[in-house]
Amino acid sequence: MTKGDSRAPPTTTLRLTINGKVTEVPRAPDRKLLEVLRIELGLTGAKYGCGEGECAACTVLLDEVPVLACQTPIGQAEGRKVTTVEGLAVHGRLNPAQRAFAELGAFQCGYCTPGMVVGATALLRSNPHPSEEQIREALNGHLCRCGGYTRILRAVRRAAEASGDAP
Amino acid sequence: MKEGRPRRPWERTDPAEREYFDLLGDGLVVQLLARPQGISPGGGWSPPVGGAWLHLGADGAIEAFTGKVEVGQGTRTALSLAVAEELKIPLDRVVLHMGDTDLCPWDMGTFGSRSMPDALPPLRAVAAGARQTLVDLAAARRGVDRKSLEAGDGEVRTRGETTGITYAELVRGLRQVVTVGLDTPVISASSWVQAGHPTVDPRDEDVVTGRRIYTSDLHRPGMLYGALLFPPSYGARLLSADTTEVGRREGITVVRDGDFLGVVARNPREAHRAVAQIRAEWKAVPQPSEAEIEGYLRSHPSQGEGWDLEKRTVGDAEGNLRKSPIRVEETYRTAYLAHTPLETRAAVAEWEGERLSVWVGTQTPFRARKYVAEGLRIPEEDVRVRVPATGGGFGGKHGGDVALAAARLAKAVGKPVQLTFHREEEFRHGYFRPMAIIDVRAGADREGHLVAWTFHNVNAGAAALLPPYRIPHQMVDNVLSDSPLPQGPYRSLAAVANNFARESVVDELAALSGRDPLSFREQNLGDDRLLDVLHLAVEKSGWKDWVPAKGRGHGLAIGHEKQGRLATVAEVTVDARRKVRVDRLVSVFEAGAVVHPENLRSQVEGAAVMALGGALFEAIHFDGGMILNPRLSEYRVPRFSDLPRIEAHLLDRKDLPPAGGGETPLIAVAPAIGNALFDATGVRLRSLPLVPEGTVPRPGGRRSPKRHP
Repeated sequence: MTKGDSRAPPTTTLRLTINGKVTEVPRAPDRKLLEVLRIELGLTGAKYGCGEGECAACTVLLDEVPVLACQTPIGQAEGRKVTTVEGLAVHGRLNPAQRAFAELGAFQCGYCTPGMVVGATALLRSNPHPSEEQIREALNGHLCRCGGYTRILRAVRRAAEASGDAP
Repeated sequence: MKEGRPRRPWERTDPAEREYFDLLGDGLVVQLLARPQGISPGGGWSPPVGGAWLHLGADGAIEAFTGKVEVGQGTRTALSLAVAEELKIPLDRVVLHMGDTDLCPWDMGTFGSRSMPDALPPLRAVAAGARQTLVDLAAARRGVDRKSLEAGDGEVRTRGETTGITYAELVRGLRQVVTVGLDTPVISASSWVQAGHPTVDPRDEDVVTGRRIYTSDLHRPGMLYGALLFPPSYGARLLSADTTEVGRREGITVVRDGDFLGVVARNPREAHRAVAQIRAEWKAVPQPSEAEIEGYLRSHPSQGEGWDLEKRTVGDAEGNLRKSPIRVEETYRTAYLAHTPLETRAAVAEWEGERLSVWVGTQTPFRARKYVAEGLRIPEEDVRVRVPATGGGFGGKHGGDVALAAARLAKAVGKPVQLTFHREEEFRHGYFRPMAIIDVRAGADREGHLVAWTFHNVNAGAAALLPPYRIPHQMVDNVLSDSPLPQGPYRSLAAVANNFARESVVDELAALSGRDPLSFREQNLGDDRLLDVLHLAVEKSGWKDWVPAKGRGHGLAIGHEKQGRLATVAEVTVDARRKVRVDRLVSVFEAGAVVHPENLRSQVEGAAVMALGGALFEAIHFDGGMILNPRLSEYRVPRFSDLPRIEAHLLDRKDLPPAGGGETPLIAVAPAIGNALFDATGVRLRSLPLVPEGTVPRPGGRRSPKRHP
């Protein structure tokens, strides 16, 4: 029985709140949040892109802070609210960042989009009216190999205009 | 459509035997079989090439089928839009099945900007044929002349009236197949009301909610995860591998078949960890270093199976070069590049008895099927390749290597297996854009006319090899090499390298002959469509209003390829420490009639960014058959911080057939930037990447050797 084996009877579990739902997963120090979300919980919105925190395709929110799920030990999520891209829309209503990305077609292959949208959401919540420079800085960790940055910038600006003060 | 699969792939089944209606339900099928139906000389059913079919269901469902795939280039929406246009229905009523080898027409693959030229005409024809058949059905039902009826909003109605009979109602109880040809009359581009106009597919909402399922997101009941043992360097052979300890571990299955060695585990982390713990001995083979690579490629010619060769000899290039008063003789180079799609290679394989289904992010599903079937020694008909949403391809996802490996692992454990490459595996065990070495000698007369041109490309390929300029004396060719690094297709392939060399040399000649880059090109161009995009780029960029300033430069470049025409203007700043910033890129692209303008503009914008990476800093480094920068922290791709102001303009030519737009928008970016850097500094850079360290060397100084990260 190896450490971190998902099927092993857990000696201890830890409690996570993901998109408002409480769930228990085995406590394993070497397991990353991304693996738990994608493999154990079937929340595949956050993507694997590099495994070293260079692409931000795995971005989720811990409380209101965007983190790289591929670098986040599962224990760090304990007692905090995890929000994945699947949890951004409320009752099927897209949040302003999601709506702006969809309306402007601010994606091509779409693989970076969940991380990008989560990152943009965090930015707009902490800074509802970011300058272009602030958007570039906040999202600089996010790679889009399709090169869709021009349209993504436009989408975040539109989301800021649309969201007013209540994203 | 119902779950299940045909007895045999439809494209391998005589059309009369296809069980369209058993799977799709009652209704009308309109099919286009581009190759004449019949039995091939070899005895088997000869697969139609470039065909399409479409089903109108009695339940109102409208499903179209194409062998092309969607890897981010936006053709799913563009092709659906063309079907919606012909059928006069909203875009989101069209369900387009792409790249499913059991259901879709055979197709060579999604590359070479072929999706619009290959798939659009057949899809338009079957949709138009369906519309005509629906009108016929309504006319028969009402006992009126078909001319008194028209289709609109999913109904057939009497002209001028607002309600009629729905398509679903018209095909109720039918099981009818209609075969049409490519000559079926379609709605002309100038009359389009949906296609050619800005459109959003509401179904794309699943991208922003995280619900879109990519191959690496797929889960099948009982699915396990695989990982493979790879050689540490190119060409290395496995001498021995001790798997006894790893194989004893619970939940780990070792799968070995000759040199193929993989493991299956309950999650990807355990699988990769188990592979890392296999004690393997390898025999490496000598490989040239980066410093030796140019000599190696020049001295190792190859037949290069599957690669294009081109040669043009006109007049006496050698003799006229000698006589030209203005001459340039230079060698241009481009580095090996990695595609780096954000989704790495991935496949999920599942066996049902002797029949295999494999979901894989591939640009060539039918070639992947063949590869998998041959690898497993099973009939192709028993392999179904399906292509889910795919996180980028850029030419890097041809073939079926990962599909075959997943199938072997799944076979061994008797359960579905997902195999997703780690990023480092994607770098090390894919293939690269070929390095290019291009020897150019060009001459002009004192009036600025191009006179003589020799252009010799080593290794990179023939794309965009031929000049669009009127040059009386030419000797143009390419040769292929036995590359020590695996190389293959890449978005726009050699067109970037060839166009970089050509458009830089043209700039050099313009400067030497004392002419400005614009009038020199105008004077020598032999292509009106290129002149049109050039003039629009000049206008949109404000080229003629440029005010020279210290440390600033602007450059332009043009190019044509795959029936598309591109002009790009670049503006750069080089600061006091020689650091380069690209401030602005303005591209004008013409690709015939535009089907999906917002998507095409998005492609042009994205292409500018991808091309910017290869122009400024992207390069694969290697030694001893090993990749030295196989991580995103070491192989730099463009980020927001690199982003210039990008302006993409389309020249819509409704009188010309739509051409593909995924590739050509890259090809003028590097030379435009190189020309702008020359304008700013007087230094001519002749290798891509232009500024791997971010700075332009001092005039006369040599660029520092490439530094490995």
